[in-house]
Amino acid sequence: MTAASVAGPPPAGAEPALAPGEPILDIRNLRVTFTGGPKPVRAVDGVDLSIERGEVVALLGESGSGKSVTLRSILRLHPERKTRMQGAIRVAGTDVMALEGKALTDFRGKGASMIFQEPMLALDPVYSVGEQIVEAILRHESISRADARRRALQWFERVRIPSPERRLDAYPHEMSGGMRQRAMIALALACNPKLLLADEPTTALDATVQVQILLLLRELQRELGLSMVFVTHDIGVAVEVADRVAVMYAGRIVEIGAVRDVIRSPRHPYTLGLLSTRPQGGRLSGNRLPTIPGSPPDLANLPPGCAFAPRCTFAVDACRIAAPEVVEVGNLHHVRCLRTDQTAQVVTSAGTLRP
Amino acid sequence: MTALLEVRGLVKQFPIKTGLFGRPKSFVSAVDGLDFDLHEGETLGLVGESGCGKSTTARLLMHLVDPTAGTIRFEGRTVGSSELPLKDFRRQVQMVFQDSYASLNPRLTVAESVAFGPLVHGVSGDEATSRANSLLARVGLDPARFAGRFTHELSGGQRQRVNIARALALQPRVLILDEAVSALDKSVEAQVLNLLLDLKEEFRLTYLFISHDLEVVRFMATRVLVMYLGRVAELGLTESLYTGSRHPYTTALLGSLLSMDPDHRAESAPISGDPPNPIDPPAGCRFHTRCTYAEAVCSARIPVLTPLGEGHSVSCHMSEPGSGHARAPGRAA
Amino acid sequence: MSAILAGEPAPVPIVRSPGYWVTVLRRFSRDPFAVIAALVVLGLIAMAVFAPWLAPQDPLQGMSLRRLRPPGSEGYPLGTDELGRDMLSRLIYGARISLFMGIVPVFAALVVGATIGIVAGYVGGWTNTVLMRTMDVFFAFPSVLLAVALAGALGPGILNSMLALTLVFVPPIARVAESVTTGVRTRDYVEAAKASGAGAFIIIRKQVLGNVLGPIFVYAMSLIAVCMILASGLSFLGLGVKPPMPDWGLMLNTLRTAIYTQPLLCALPGLMIFITSISFNLMTDGLRSAMDIKA
Repeated sequence: MTAASVAGPPPAGAEPALAPGEPILDIRNLRVTFTGGPKPVRAVDGVDLSIERGEVVALLGESGSGKSVTLRSILRLHPERKTRMQGAIRVAGTDVMALEGKALTDFRGKGASMIFQEPMLALDPVYSVGEQIVEAILRHESISRADARRRALQWFERVRIPSPERRLDAYPHEMSGGMRQRAMIALALACNPKLLLADEPTTALDATVQVQILLLLRELQRELGLSMVFVTHDIGVAVEVADRVAVMYAGRIVEIGAVRDVIRSPRHPYTLGLLSTRPQGGRLSGNRLPTIPGSPPDLANLPPGCAFAPRCTFAVDACRIAAPEVVEVGNLHHVRCLRTDQTAQVVTSAGTLRP
Repeated sequence: MTALLEVRGLVKQFPIKTGLFGRPKSFVSAVDGLDFDLHEGETLGLVGESGCGKSTTARLLMHLVDPTAGTIRFEGRTVGSSELPLKDFRRQVQMVFQDSYASLNPRLTVAESVAFGPLVHGVSGDEATSRANSLLARVGLDPARFAGRFTHELSGGQRQRVNIARALALQPRVLILDEAVSALDKSVEAQVLNLLLDLKEEFRLTYLFISHDLEVVRFMATRVLVMYLGRVAELGLTESLYTGSRHPYTTALLGSLLSMDPDHRAESAPISGDPPNPIDPPAGCRFHTRCTYAEAVCSARIPVLTPLGEGHSVSCHMSEPGSGHARAPGRAA
Repeated sequence: MSAILAGEPAPVPIVRSPGYWVTVLRRFSRDPFAVIAALVVLGLIAMAVFAPWLAPQDPLQGMSLRRLRPPGSEGYPLGTDELGRDMLSRLIYGARISLFMGIVPVFAALVVGATIGIVAGYVGGWTNTVLMRTMDVFFAFPSVLLAVALAGALGPGILNSMLALTLVFVPPIARVAESVTTGVRTRDYVEAAKASGAGAFIIIRKQVLGNVLGPIFVYAMSLIAVCMILASGLSFLGLGVKPPMPDWGLMLNTLRTAIYTQPLLCALPGLMIFITSISFNLMTDGLRSAMDIKA
């Protein structure tokens, strides 16, 4: 079963082909502010991100970092009236910010599609999963229902759902967690999107199932040449799937680079803190875990300057005046920090972090 | 070490498909024969995946649900009997729930929530309030700023601290932590774990630490109990379990840990399929349907919890002498 | 023995959050419709209380010569009814009985219904089934029919119709109370309270009531408007208030005959009922929103 036979023939009259060297996803200076509450909340505060075709980038961060908001902005999923979006987002050359109405719904699922953390929320409980996939296919392509169903079956086989024929007619609540997640992946990929967005798809899964899904995603990505943006709060997950990692804090990308570089030689104090705060395989048993002091930022009341400064052990006065510019600390490794020379000394040659 | 809690043959069945007059037609055994001890001063980690029954176990130990069968003894006295009435038991064993938001009454202030337990046990209003204040301070929440706040004004980490303070207000000996840090961000989780370690030392507590996060359990626990579909799969000292697991399920669980090393990504999933539904469990050894070493005896007989020495026990035919499995050790000497 | 409290006195002054009801009041006051409605309700209640001082004339005295004068007539700002009595005075005095018959049965039903519902909700099991299915039997009857049937069986008179109305409203309040209590009973914080060793009474009093009475109260308040209309209906049918008492529902009945000659006169009592119902409804809506405090 080759990837091509599953994906089906490319539809006639597709969007303009990607120029060589042009990134599949290009986000420039994205700012997203939520105006629904008493004070406006700056959820995303100037994000630049470029993804090449076939690349997987992980957005790593905790609650309030803006990673999910960034992801959902790519599909314009935020409520129109309560959100103010500025900046540019281009997916395979299409200007996402300019899409309206039918063009926007056409784009969702075909230009880019998303898999979510909770499949039960993304799947409609009153239709069988097979029906939902068929509907999605028919929405974007004019083929017969029978053909669409055949494709859905092929996708079910592709995502390794056992007894796929029977499972096509199952309802979401009749499937186990792992199977639902596979069904959601099949649904997301059924229309051959150029870009797959994943919003913490394995967070709610058991460990043994998580490994299966991560492996499946990696496999599919390799075979189909998918480009992926993967949002997660779990460093281990990011390491498993990503080529590059972007660490986010308070709505900005504070560090980005190849996954090896960011994990082995983190240069932003927040990344350093995140990596050292893990139990690290029992090596720290009996001791106390190193912690990042303070609490996550209040996005409605961000301080001037670097948002991490109040919790940063390396912070100096200059950090509190203006948000740091991007500094290149290695090949494709960039950090928003004024103190990168200090952080360079923290990492030993063995790759472990001195507390 | 003295055993503070002794659990023998604990079973909990929930009725499903009630018939005409509420008579249940069939049952699901959430917990199906649990035997273990909780020793004074230790942290026993309880791990397992969805459907294994660890949350039900927590509620059984707290006597929030009544067991269908089996006994729980605290310091040798049967809980709920005349030797140890339930109300007195409540002072000895307390629990911190997973959902920090839902476990606090939205209409009570933080101090009122913490003071509720002592009030119920006859402590005077003033004394209870001052106890609440001092506990809030102890868990890192300044009473001057937090005592009068309501649940929705606190962050996840702060709420969990309140829950811990509330659990400590009755001065218990044992604290059951049911996925207490699972919903927190990693940076906050570290702070709360450190707090738990400090409190354990200071107040000489014993912990039952329930979690699905094996990394955290390895850090916190001195012994670990692995549950699968309501039964004990393996039990032993943390390091011997993590470095030398003897149950195929434990090995698979540990193999599912993510490596954090970009050069050593997972190549294959140690186990396929989802954790099974407890409604219709496999016969014999519950794990045999997913086990690469399964043989005929595995579906025929339930394995016995076999001691392997140094507190390490496992429920597997491969380790049970004379079980009939090809890999079982020879007849006992 | 645990050493949790070794040497730690804490006479720390507590900074209290504003408190639940103060927060609710603040949120309520930001809703213009709700505030206006609340002021109207207060105004009506004031009007009822101070009726003797407000009404220009005796509501019971009329002169046949002056019957059915239109509103705006000399000396009778809102006209006169079919017996020559001053409409304004009768409307003002009418507020007493109408409001009384609208509010008191609901509050009586609140006490009875909430008790039934909370007990059924907290205890669950057979008690719940027995209590709630009994309530369902009564709830199955359309309220108007039930009110008329009960009032008819009990006989005319204010007290009897208030009793009938109370019985009509006990089942819906009990249902709401039961469902809210069941929802709260399964919450983690109630489990935590049980885990502290508290008995059922303490838990209900300290943990459950605070969360449950609010929604039940708001629901009951929204029934006041319905009760007023039902009471007016009963009076209209001759089952409640008897003439010559001024009551808006009764006035609607007696002014029926004038509908072709003085339509404005007939509309006036109806208008009062309408204003009162809408104000109670808007006020309780605002209260419900204000009480829905999330993070």
